[in-house]
Amino acid sequence: MKSFRNLVKVFAPGVLALMLCAALASPMFAQFVQSVPPDPQIPSKQLISPEDLVQMLKTQKPLVLSIGPRSLYDQARIPGAEFIGGTSSAEGLNALTQRLKAEPKNKLIVLYCGCCPWNHCPNVHPAYKELRNLGYTNVRVLYIANNFGVDWVNKGYPTTRG
Amino acid sequence: MKTKVLASSLLFLLLSALIGCRSSAPKPRAKAGGEAPDFTITDIQGKKLSLADYKGKVVLLDFWATWCAPCLEEIPHFITMQEKLGAQGFQAIGISMDDGPKPVEKFYAEHKLNYPVAVGDSTLADSYGGILGLPVTFVINRDGQIRKKFVGATDTALIEQEVLAALGQ
Repeated sequence: MKSFRNLVKVFAPGVLALMLCAALASPMFAQFVQSVPPDPQIPSKQLISPEDLVQMLKTQKPLVLSIGPRSLYDQARIPGAEFIGGTSSAEGLNALTQRLKAEPKNKLIVLYCGCCPWNHCPNVHPAYKELRNLGYTNVRVLYIANNFGVDWVNKGYPTTRG
Repeated sequence: MKTKVLASSLLFLLLSALIGCRSSAPKPRAKAGGEAPDFTITDIQGKKLSLADYKGKVVLLDFWATWCAPCLEEIPHFITMQEKLGAQGFQAIGISMDDGPKPVEKFYAEHKLNYPVAVGDSTLADSYGGILGLPVTFVINRDGQIRKKFVGATDTALIEQEVLAALGQ
């Protein structure tokens, strides 16, 4: 029994260190240290960070729409996300409008792209503007600083593919 | 009894921590030092484009798209590199990740690209470790090994430097 106690004494600091690692790597901690910068075209309260979306998906069922290219969607996507396509084109915006036709105006909708760095993304701003013009009141846009690979997949957030 | 409870709790916490740290990120299959996966596709001019045909040359494999602003900033530099270094065994290849060939064909004609360009898909992207954001540029040695992978907007001087080193300059 004494040797078992010694074993516990030896391993306890390691276990505590692992717990600390897990806490530091947790979405809540990431949320604490990473804030979403302001965007001139989308109010901050409409933006959502990847960490916050991971949490949201656990408790709510937003309609998640992928407004990036097909190849990105096929390789990795947020579970449950539906493909719309690039909304920088009239065709993409039309697909977005058509998809939302039957949805109530207060539907919780999350738009995401991740094709390229946020300030170069051609899709998020036109899509948000379109939804606002159509009167949707509960729209969030996923803030992806670099791209979907760096800011979602590489962080180990849930994905599906195919 | 106390010790058993403590040990069980520690074990539980350890397992929880390990499960919490689990990552579902895909493991890249193409990385620096590894062999560049071969592919054969049809380029936008209808010609066969196979990486294997360029063995013996230093290849710059550029994943880009017409809607990707940082990609478009790089392309004029790649055109210049092709002009300047082509005779020394350099070959640029563009793989567009556009959803179809139309905008690529238009861009190709308007900007007079002097190297082959094809439209890629998720299978090709997967073989290169996933192209989950653009641009992504690979520099491939004469022996078909990936020398360097550049992810995101990159100073083209750095890319050229890598190409020149691969060319032995």
